Amino acid sequence: MFIAPQWENPSVYLARKEYDMNTEKRLVYMDHAATTATRPEVAAAMVPFMTSTFGNPSSLYDLAKVSRTAMDGAREEVAVALGADPEEIFFTSGGTESDNWAIKGIAFAKKAQGTHIITSVIEHHAVSHTCEWLKKQGFSVTYLPVDCFGMVNPADVEAAITPETILITVMMANNEVGTIQPIAEIGAIALKHGVLFHTDAVQAVGHIPVDVRAQNIDLLSLSSHKFHGPKGVGALYIRSGVELDSLIHGGAQERGQRAGTENVSGIVGMGLALSLAVKGMPENALRITALRKRLTEGLLAIPKTYLNGHPEKRLPNNVNVVFAFIEGESILLMLNRRGISASTGSACSSRSSEPSHVLTACGVPLEVVHGSLRLTLGEETTEADVSYTIDAVKEVVQRLRDMSPLTPPELRSQP
Amino acid sequence: MYNEKVMDYFEHPRNQGAIEDADGIGEVGNPECGDTTKIYLQVEHDVITDVKFQTFGCAAAVASSSMATELIKGKTLKEAWDLSNSAVADALDGLPPKKLHCSLIAEGAIHAAINDYRTKRGLEAWKEKKESHAEH
Repeated sequence: MFIAPQWENPSVYLARKEYDMNTEKRLVYMDHAATTATRPEVAAAMVPFMTSTFGNPSSLYDLAKVSRTAMDGAREEVAVALGADPEEIFFTSGGTESDNWAIKGIAFAKKAQGTHIITSVIEHHAVSHTCEWLKKQGFSVTYLPVDCFGMVNPADVEAAITPETILITVMMANNEVGTIQPIAEIGAIALKHGVLFHTDAVQAVGHIPVDVRAQNIDLLSLSSHKFHGPKGVGALYIRSGVELDSLIHGGAQERGQRAGTENVSGIVGMGLALSLAVKGMPENALRITALRKRLTEGLLAIPKTYLNGHPEKRLPNNVNVVFAFIEGESILLMLNRRGISASTGSACSSRSSEPSHVLTACGVPLEVVHGSLRLTLGEETTEADVSYTIDAVKEVVQRLRDMSPLTPPELRSQP
Repeated sequence: MYNEKVMDYFEHPRNQGAIEDADGIGEVGNPECGDTTKIYLQVEHDVITDVKFQTFGCAAAVASSSMATELIKGKTLKEAWDLSNSAVADALDGLPPKKLHCSLIAEGAIHAAINDYRTKRGLEAWKEKKESHAEH
């Protein structure tokens, strides 16, 4: 099936053209790990479930049946993408809810058996802040370290297991540095010790192959807007037989496990977006990986620039580097003026800027950790976008280095 | 997040650079916790005749350092010493509340440069009046 590039959506295209005319600059979106544009055909497929066949799936009349049938279809699409059964897919409001539900749900369902949870130091806040909250409720949490590539060592997971351990939660791929974790190995260890295994796969699903059976995953979180689906919808895969407490109480939706009238249009959009993402994955992953390598090489040609994350075992679209002597927010704002949307791990928002916990965990030295730049590519990224970005980053880095008191004379454009 | 004036001073910083053989140089900040600013002063008869700055940091730190150099150029050392970070922020038409602290390093670097100038001439270093500026 032909998948139209998202910019061919007339409204997006017009908005962009107007933007280009107003600002006389290119628009290069390099932040696909933050969110992605909903595919036009996905958005089109969603509309009827808001405007015409809008029935509440819980109702009895025919109109409601259309919604139910559409949700069943989406559930099947999500299940197929994960190698799961449809009955194991539960729709949520997104990755954060799925993470909260999985971790809190297991913690409270299993607390008679034990109160120990194992996680890693590089998790998304949806996982780490949930674990912090559970600590206040009397649970204990072990945070596994990572190596310099941001990789968890499965042997550390096994060593951390105690008779009290009820859950292991380690992300499938890191959102900042893109490192893909040894999920199958961790899953095998969890299985061997009879401990449940949850993975936050928000950055992975739709981008790299996932198979919950082969990888021994008991619970998996995913989010629709990371694979060109709509925002505000996600899913939690719960292996059949795994029992956990509900997070959202109320009606009997989602087989009594997750209350609240279903986001039918969002669910339909997510199902279609995920099946399209999986269908296009082999081709896209190859093309985007090649672009990533070009971009990475281009950026590493800048002196005193270092790659974060694993050189090979990383998401196809993730580039994360640090530039010595300059600061991340400045890089982003200058790139923004050149039409490039990017991200940094540096957030100077309070008295002292706190560097990214992921980069710190990878051992990135404090004197360079503030100068990080994350560029995440997508399906619509072109060779020309990559060339433009390399040139723009080079120019911005030089400008900021000329401005910085830390830059040694040999790296200044004029002494 | 930033107003156009801050962005203008960030993207087109006035007085950015170094002065060779500066009469006073001051550097404050710590790259480990974020921003660093270095101020170079040229002084004649107690008046700042030229000033340059270099900053490692966010846009607020760059813009406020640049604005501070504009505000003290042509002023006496005493006038420059009395420039507060809030005056710098006001001259920039305001900074986001979370970024107000970023204008502190300019004030600190100017003080350090003035005292560098004074001590080089065998004069007593001026003392910081109060730490209350750091309350932002």
